[in-house]
Order: sequence, then structure tokens, then C-alpha cells
Amino acid sequence: MAASIKDREFLAVIGDEDTVTGLLLAGIGHVNQQQKRNFLIVDSKTQVNVIEDAFQTFTERKDIAILLINQHVAEKIRPTVDKYQQAFPALLEIPSKDHPYDPAKDSILKRVQKLFGE
Amino acid sequence: MSGTGPRESVFPTRMALTNTKLRLKGAQTGHSLLAKKRDALTTRFRAILRKVDEAKRKMGRVMQLASFSLAEVAYATGDISYLVQEQAKTASFRVKAKQENVSGVVLPAFEVDRVQGSDFNLTGLGRGGQQVQRSKEVYAKAVETLVELASLQTAFMILDEVIRATNRRVNAIEHVVIPRLENTIKYITSELDEMDREEFFRLKKVQGKKKRDAEAAEVQKQALAQSATTVVEQHSDDATESAGDLLSSKDEDVIF
Repeated sequence: MAASIKDREFLAVIGDEDTVTGLLLAGIGHVNQQQKRNFLIVDSKTQVNVIEDAFQTFTERKDIAILLINQHVAEKIRPTVDKYQQAFPALLEIPSKDHPYDPAKDSILKRVQKLFGE
Repeated sequence: MSGTGPRESVFPTRMALTNTKLRLKGAQTGHSLLAKKRDALTTRFRAILRKVDEAKRKMGRVMQLASFSLAEVAYATGDISYLVQEQAKTASFRVKAKQENVSGVVLPAFEVDRVQGSDFNLTGLGRGGQQVQRSKEVYAKAVETLVELASLQTAFMILDEVIRATNRRVNAIEHVVIPRLENTIKYITSELDEMDREEFFRLKKVQGKKKRDAEAAEVQKQALAQSATTVVEQHSDDATESAGDLLSSKDEDVIF
């Protein structure tokens, strides 16, 4: 397992155009040898199954350490996101420009709240 | 009867008793060790939980700031998203995983590993270059926060899983293994006691029988002795007659 953690060095992102652009500016963009990008831009016309596919692909890739996903995009595939329990890649819901961050919707924070509530 | 609950299937012997007692001791030691581990992990877990909560809220603010800087870029330069998407070829912003050990649990922690690249240097060359550079920095900072949060979150997930497993083990030992061993010990002890009593009773019985036999023999002997004296008295009269007869009569079988 240790070796597989060491191999994970990229960040992946699923989000709206502004978020992805910003993160790409920070330098997380990567195109691998199979010409696969590690980012997906979601707009109002993007089909849900496209998002699901990207989510599956990113979570199955062995070189991604962290998967960032806009919260409003995560909301579209909420069942899949809530089902996701793996430690790697770490799934992080991030806010976007048009959608302020709502801690109540975050699947991790939900668990945190549940644990604190006990 | 004691030891009615579930128990191991062993023969009630002294050796099995010793073995079971040893196993009980081992289970108790294991239980206390696991309980200690659980406590240590829970302490750590609580600390991480608090940090995750904090970091998540911080991330909200940071991302807001970052989006704002991107809006500035859009205002100064126009839409650069397509350009940026096409130029993204190799990641200059990567993470490195390192490991931390908390009472036997390996927790990964991500570290930012930045390569100073020259990508997007030409973006906004006409105008708004400064804003682009600033936005880059702001976003890089934001991503650092995100990476930090991600490692906290991963630690949170792993710890959660491990604590659950440990709890399961602690409970299993406490509620299943230990009562079972105790029941086994009780069962073996009671069986051994029972056997002891049986053996004692048997010895008593044998002793009683021997005594009775001895008495009976004594009585018989006495009776025999008594009758013998009378018989001997009687016999002595007959003997003198028959002895004469025995000598006088010729027997074919007697050679000498």
C-alpha cells in the first residue's frame, strides 16, 4: 500500500469553468501519456452520466491523490459521492463562485457533525 | 448449573483448565491493550475532527478570495479559460505523500511539491499580466489549503475506519471471548469437582464393602470354627472306627 500512496502525486478536479481555470492557473493541470486530462469542466449542459464517468475514472486512477469537486457538481451525483468511502484519492468538496459553501451538504462534514452530535 | 453459556468444546481435564486459564489471561491483556489503543486513537481523532471542521470553513473563505481574483483577471484580460485549458500539459503543482504513525496506524499526509514552471507566462501578455500572476499566486495558496485539508480528511477517514475495527475487537473480546473462556473454566472446574466427589464416593463405597466382606468373613470363620470343634469332637469318635476299617479293608487302588 505504501508504494501506491507514493505514486499518487496529482490533483484532479471536476468543476465549473472558473474553478477549473483558477486551479489550472495554480498549476495542477496534467495531461498524461494517454492524452487524458485530470480535469473536467462542467456547465449547465453537461450530462450527469458524463460527470459520473469522470468521477469513476478519477477515483480509479492510481496517480491521483486528491480529487476536488465543486459542491454544486457533487450535489448532482450525490448518491455516488456519498457512497464513496475510500481513503485514496481523498475527495474534497469545494465551493464555487456562484455557489457559496454550505457545510451542511458536505458528506464528510455530515459525518463530522454526526460524530460530534453523539 | 454454572457454565451454562456458550463455551469451548474441551474435555474437562486439568490440562485443559490450565490452558483455558492462560488463554483467559491473554484475552484480558489483549483487551486492556486494545482499549488503550482505542483511547489513543480517539484522542487523535477528536483533534483531527476539530481541525477538519476548522479547515473546511477556512477553505470557504479562501476559495471565495480566489474566485474574486479570477474575476479581476477576467475583467482585465478577458476570458482566458480556453487558453489555460489548452496550455495545461504538465502539472507543476503536485503533492507528495508522507506517512505518520499513530499507535500502529499509518496515516498519510500530503505535502505540496511545487515546481517553479514557466507555464502561462504568456497569458495576459497584452494586458492584465499582473492580475494573472497574482491570481496564480492566490490560487496556489488556495490549493495549498485544500491539500492540507485533504490530508486531514484522509487521516479522518482512515482513523474512523481503524477506530471502528478496534471497537469491534474490544467489544468482541469483552462480550464474547472472555465470557466464553470464563464459562469454560467454570464448566471444567465443576466437572472436576463432580469427578472428585464421585471418586470419593466410590472409595467410600469400596471401603464399606470391604468392611462388610471382612465382617462377613469373620462371622463365617467364627461359625466355621465353632462348628469345626463340634465336628471334630464328633469326628474323633467316628475316626477311630473308620480308621480301623480303613486299615483292615483291602483297597484295589492302593499300591503300597
